[in-house]
Amino acid sequence: MPEALFHHLPVLQVVLTLVAAPLCALAGSRWAWSIATAASIIAFAITVTLFSSVLDGTVISYHIGGWAPPIGIEYRVDILNAFVLLIVSGIAVLTLIYAQKSVTAEIGSEKHGLFYAAFLLCLTGLMGVAITGDAFNVFVFLEISSLSAYALIATGADRDRRALTAAYNYLIMGTIGATFFVIGLGLLYMLTGTLNMADLAQRLFDHGDNRTLRTGFCFVLIGLTLKLAMFPLHLWLPDAYSRAPSAVTAFLSATATKVMVYVLLRFLFAIFSFSFAFEASVLRVLVLPLAMIGIVVASVVAIFQDDLKRMLAYSSIAQIGYMLLGLALVSQTGVMASIIHLFNHAITKAALFMAAGCFVLQAGTTSIRELRGIGRDMPWTMAAFVVGGLSLIGVPLTVGFISKWYLVEAFIAEGWWPVALLIVASSLLSFAYVWRVVEAAYLRDAPEGVVRKEAPLSMLVPMWTLAGMSIYFGVDSSLTSAAASRAANALIGASNLFWQ
Amino acid sequence: MIISLALYLAIFLPFAATGLLAALDRWPNARDAVSVVTALVSFGLALTVLRGFLGGDGGSFSLLEVMPGLPIVFGVEPLGMVFALLASGLWIVVAIYAIGYMRANEESHQTRFAICFALAIGGALGIAFAGNLFTLFIFYEALTLSTYPLVAHKQTPEARAGARIYLTILLTTSIGFFLPAIIWVWTAAGTLDFFPGGILEGRVDPAVAPLLLALFAYGIGKAALMPFHRWLPAAMVAPTPVSALLHAVAVVKAGVFTLLKVGVYIFGIGYLSHTGASLWLAWVAAASLIISAVIALTKDDLKARLAYSTVSQLAYVTLGVALANQMGIIGGTMQMVMHAMAKITLFMCAGAIYVTTHKTRVSELTGLGRQMPFTFTAFLIASVSIIGLPPLGGAWSKWFLLMGAADAGQTVLIGVLALGSLLSVFYLLPVAGKALFLPPRGANTLVAGDAVIAGISEAPLLCLLPICATALGCVALFFFGNELYAFLLRIPLLAVAREAAP
Repeated sequence: MPEALFHHLPVLQVVLTLVAAPLCALAGSRWAWSIATAASIIAFAITVTLFSSVLDGTVISYHIGGWAPPIGIEYRVDILNAFVLLIVSGIAVLTLIYAQKSVTAEIGSEKHGLFYAAFLLCLTGLMGVAITGDAFNVFVFLEISSLSAYALIATGADRDRRALTAAYNYLIMGTIGATFFVIGLGLLYMLTGTLNMADLAQRLFDHGDNRTLRTGFCFVLIGLTLKLAMFPLHLWLPDAYSRAPSAVTAFLSATATKVMVYVLLRFLFAIFSFSFAFEASVLRVLVLPLAMIGIVVASVVAIFQDDLKRMLAYSSIAQIGYMLLGLALVSQTGVMASIIHLFNHAITKAALFMAAGCFVLQAGTTSIRELRGIGRDMPWTMAAFVVGGLSLIGVPLTVGFISKWYLVEAFIAEGWWPVALLIVASSLLSFAYVWRVVEAAYLRDAPEGVVRKEAPLSMLVPMWTLAGMSIYFGVDSSLTSAAASRAANALIGASNLFWQ
Repeated sequence: MIISLALYLAIFLPFAATGLLAALDRWPNARDAVSVVTALVSFGLALTVLRGFLGGDGGSFSLLEVMPGLPIVFGVEPLGMVFALLASGLWIVVAIYAIGYMRANEESHQTRFAICFALAIGGALGIAFAGNLFTLFIFYEALTLSTYPLVAHKQTPEARAGARIYLTILLTTSIGFFLPAIIWVWTAAGTLDFFPGGILEGRVDPAVAPLLLALFAYGIGKAALMPFHRWLPAAMVAPTPVSALLHAVAVVKAGVFTLLKVGVYIFGIGYLSHTGASLWLAWVAAASLIISAVIALTKDDLKARLAYSTVSQLAYVTLGVALANQMGIIGGTMQMVMHAMAKITLFMCAGAIYVTTHKTRVSELTGLGRQMPFTFTAFLIASVSIIGLPPLGGAWSKWFLLMGAADAGQTVLIGVLALGSLLSVFYLLPVAGKALFLPPRGANTLVAGDAVIAGISEAPLLCLLPICATALGCVALFFFGNELYAFLLRIPLLAVAREAAP
């Protein structure tokens, strides 16, 4: 690869998908899918290149338009966001391969061009959020991804009119979240006069504790936790995930909230560098209990859902709770557990939502009651679901086990026994909701006169790629745990005065 | 090298066989032949490993590191060797028995049954040869999950409910208690390797050691320590070969085996005895032993009675670990072997009775011995072995456990052990006794137009032969008691040089 091109890789992937989006809209239904898929594959290839070049700890700093930070916008790739980029673009490729059949069945063909355009915009936004080193740029990309996500969810209206209200609710909540976030940024800018993250961190540190900083911190925290659906700010999520088209749900569940968790990590540990007891106590006193309550409440609610997608959506809220638990502990292992769970849950949940999408396509329903006996009709899809389900429970040799192990280890090492026990106890709740499906699928007879065929190969392959990864990285976690532990080290190292 | 290969094959052959079993779905004869041959080869491989072990090279190998410092490793030590031989040896018997039973009952999903069976045995062998607690835990969970379809086999509402209880209790205990205990050990000791003399000395405060032991004792739900024993009676909805192999041998023995391993190689009996951390467990096990024996007395359903008898007999092993001395450990291990051989006979007898007469209640069996003399004689032999009378294998295990209790200076526990045996006389002997020595009465005399059944009508030969084999096995174990004792003396109980500990 020419040196000049290599140098521009950080910006290329964002620009590429951004430019491809209007092309999709122009090309119309016939070519949109191909363009989107090609663009996402190239974006993924770029991400892999970036990831492999930062794996050894180097940090790539790219200056947009040649303007050096803090004046210009900086794209900054380190091990943490390269890891997140890898997740986002990888899931995008798999979802797009999966989407072809699924979207054809669920969305009117006249909308396909716009659908894929919105999909690429969403991808652009998420990658932009992850890659940028500029706080305000985060907000800009956040809005790009959110606005396109509202549109994507609304396209579920062809199958279920309630998708429109779901998208509308998400729009209101998401906008409130974004507003909080941008007000928080405004306060920080007032205080420091800079928006570059590294510069911001340095200047905040020099300023020391003060009321504006605290207010800014709270605004940013609330904005982000709303966007990532922390309990009790999660109300938009169940409707949005269960009404959106299957491919959209698979994509958003694996990427949108995960990127928000990343931003939260970045802000908490790299910008508000925990030189002040205030932030840490907010995390431990407020976020940690809320995460715990969220895990329990959302898991219990999930047990009583009849709709498979809704059940998975509540499960997502619970799983986000685990990520928040890890970071709220404010310890190296805790942050590492959060990061590794971010990856593990992304692949697991995407596989599960893809299985749900296969059921929509072939059985026309996601009601657990009506999916009785599906294990015999759609053995491969259901087997992938079981793999994902076992991973949610945290059975050994699945990625869910790895996450749970590190999380429990982090809390035991700090002597927080009750929380450690709550984590393992809550995985039993996930056992309860997963097993309802397994039992219905395998141990009950199919409803009379229902014919259901196995899902097409183009859907099985991406789904099983993810399910296979859920096993592979559960058996050999060396890559993911190395990446997560280096990222955690970099983050904790970045906080120049680590709160004790 | 060769031994390591045999070890590798012994563990993974059952898993590999599942593919073949699935492919032979449409040829039941070939499929069942594969089951039996796999069982035979597994046992042969286990014997090869034993020979290597006796020759000084037990073989070991490691696969990969799941997490940094946590590899999947396998190795051979005396306890695991005994359990592996037990599981693979009795698999042969049950594989043959299952063919007779499943076909005579015209059960559905026989291929799924054979596959899950092989998976379960693979899980048990993995547990037996696990080289660290982490590996053991993986196979422990694999065993739980692979036996779930076996318990739910009939797919009736009762089977589903039973299987749900089974899975819920086993997963709740293993994830809720066992896993935190493992992570606790990992954070405290920095290793999960099985190490002679234990790894916790000086690393876990003796004050909290009883708590850690409690997490293990209750977390290893397969050991069926009260109050987490409910899964065992619930699992009795499974077809009888499943109850026989899994709930007399593989699953429950995996539980007590894990407990033995944890006692010997994680805590170390030296640590347990000088801190007194396991004293409470001895009393809890004693209570479990007596209470479940009393419950067994009240059960009229034969399999339920056998299930509670199992709960009681498993408590003997737990008690052996809790005594924390050499005789206790040897007695516990022997109890694992002797009880397996006897209980599998009893379950197979129950299955044979069901196949032949479709009777499941103890009260319906009176006088049936004239119709099924071989089955009930085997039942009698196995009952006497469980009670612990010579000349049957069970005598040894009870003997060594009594010695263990005496060594620990626990006179009351000696009484408890004796009372347990006495209770087992009451709940087991009447079954065979009434069948063999009382005249037929009620429905048993009236079959086929009021004609009194004369003559013998036993279960199919494929069911009967395994029963006779294991009944004879109970006798043989009595005469091989000394060899077994000599072998179990090899269990390394004392700490070797500390610096070798990682």
